Amino acid sequence: MTKSNPDAPKRLALIASKGTLDWAYPPFILASAAGAMGWEVGVFFTFYGLTLLKPQLTAAVSPLGNPAMPMKMPFGPEGFQNINWPMPNLLMANVPGFESVATTLMKQTFKNKGVATVEELRQMCVEMDVRMIGCQMTMDVFGFKREDFIKECEIGGAATFLEYAADADVQLFI
Amino acid sequence: MDVIKEDQVLDCTGMLCPMPIVKTSKAMKELQAGQILKMIATDAGSPPDIEAWSRQTGNELLLSTTEGEKFVFFLRKV
Repeated sequence: MTKSNPDAPKRLALIASKGTLDWAYPPFILASAAGAMGWEVGVFFTFYGLTLLKPQLTAAVSPLGNPAMPMKMPFGPEGFQNINWPMPNLLMANVPGFESVATTLMKQTFKNKGVATVEELRQMCVEMDVRMIGCQMTMDVFGFKREDFIKECEIGGAATFLEYAADADVQLFI
Repeated sequence: MDVIKEDQVLDCTGMLCPMPIVKTSKAMKELQAGQILKMIATDAGSPPDIEAWSRQTGNELLLSTTEGEKFVFFLRKV
C-alpha cells in the first residue's frame, strides 16, 4: 500500500488487546520507544486491553495458564533469587490470593531490575503525544463510560484504527 | 583518540529498556543543534538500541564505548 504522504515520519500502529500486567508492558514499551525515535504512534486499546486506559491501573498477572512464567523471589541472596519455583496449577487455582502474590512478586522484581512501571511508561506515551484510541464497542460490551478513561485518550472504532494503520510502517497485534 | 567534550551528561544507570532511549530522546530535545550529549547506561541492550535510535532520528553517534561496567555514548544533535 502506498503511503498517502511519503514525507511523513515513520508510523507505528499497535493493537493492545490484553489487560494483564505482563501484557500491559509490550504496547507501552514499544509505543514509548517508537515515540523516542521520532515516530508517530497510535495504539488501539480493545477488549481486555481497554482497561489499560483507566486512570488507576489495576493490571495483575496470573501464573495460572502461563506455564512458562518464571516464578522468582525479588529478595534474598542472588542464588535464592535465581531459583525458579515450580507452581502446580492445582495450587495456583485453589489458594486464595495467589494471583495478588504473583502480581506483587512481578512488580517488585521489575522494580529491582530497573524496569519502569506501566504507569510511568503510559505517562511517557502521553508526553510524546502517542495517539491512544479506546474501543467504543468494548466500552458498550463491558459497560464503560468515556469518563472511566484518561482524558488523553480518544474513543473510536475499527475504522478509526484501520485508517491510521493503513499509513503505518509497522503494525502489531499484542 | 580525540577527547570528545560533552555539553550535557545523562546518567541512565540502573534503567532497563526502553528508558535509556526515552530519556536520551528527552535530553536531546533540550540541546541545540551541534551540541553533544554523553549518555551513561548499564542496560546491556543499550549499545544496539542507541545505534538504532541514532539511525532512526539522524542524531550522530560519535562514540559508543565502555567505562568499567558501564556503557558510554556520545551523541551529537543534528
